[in-house]
Amino acid sequence: MIGIALWISFFLVAMAIILNAYRLLVGPSLPDRIIALDTMYVNSIALIILYTIWLSTRVYFEGALLIAMLGFISTVAVCKYLLRGDIIE
Amino acid sequence: MAWLDKAWIDTALEALTAFFMIAGALITFISSFGMVHLRDFYLRMHGPAKATTLGVGLILVACMFYFLLIDRTFHIQLLLVTIFLLITAPISAHLLAKVALHQKLPSDISTTGAPSELREEDVGQEPDTPHPEDPGNGQRHSP
Repeated sequence: MIGIALWISFFLVAMAIILNAYRLLVGPSLPDRIIALDTMYVNSIALIILYTIWLSTRVYFEGALLIAMLGFISTVAVCKYLLRGDIIE
Repeated sequence: MAWLDKAWIDTALEALTAFFMIAGALITFISSFGMVHLRDFYLRMHGPAKATTLGVGLILVACMFYFLLIDRTFHIQLLLVTIFLLITAPISAHLLAKVALHQKLPSDISTTGAPSELREEDVGQEPDTPHPEDPGNGQRHSP
């Protein structure tokens, strides 16, 4: 039961990342691309967790936590750059 | 944990893992599909800002149930990732909205509720007569 659910979840999350990549490449404005990258790192955390379930290992939990923190910081840095023209004033 | 050694607990944990995993993946997919499908940026911001947090949170809950199933332990790191995403998602969405309003992105005709800086009836018109200090072409008078 978990195996079938795992494959369905892999397919759905991979399709979600492909849709994010579409918005990242096409997106008419710069905030569209930023929010596409933001959603993409959150979806990659989901993909890492599914990979963890597939391998039955706990090595990648810290990787998920690192991606969450660095992704948030980079989103805030790019937004701050677009708002103020500088990151740290 | 002795109460986990019943026979039906394994089946229940397996069913809960599968259910939360598929629910989380479905919500993640729907939010990303909304980001492609919706019309302007203010609508597109709605989907990922809310639904990815719920989707990834449900997948992390499924992972906690899975490790409770296979080695009977709780893992706090997964709860840390969930709490971190719950804290940071509104902050990044707020900053993105500020960026969009700063750049004056065009909004769809059905998007209502613009802030007062972007409504023409609240901003007012440019004055017809120029300011005496300003000749109108952007250059100041040289003394």
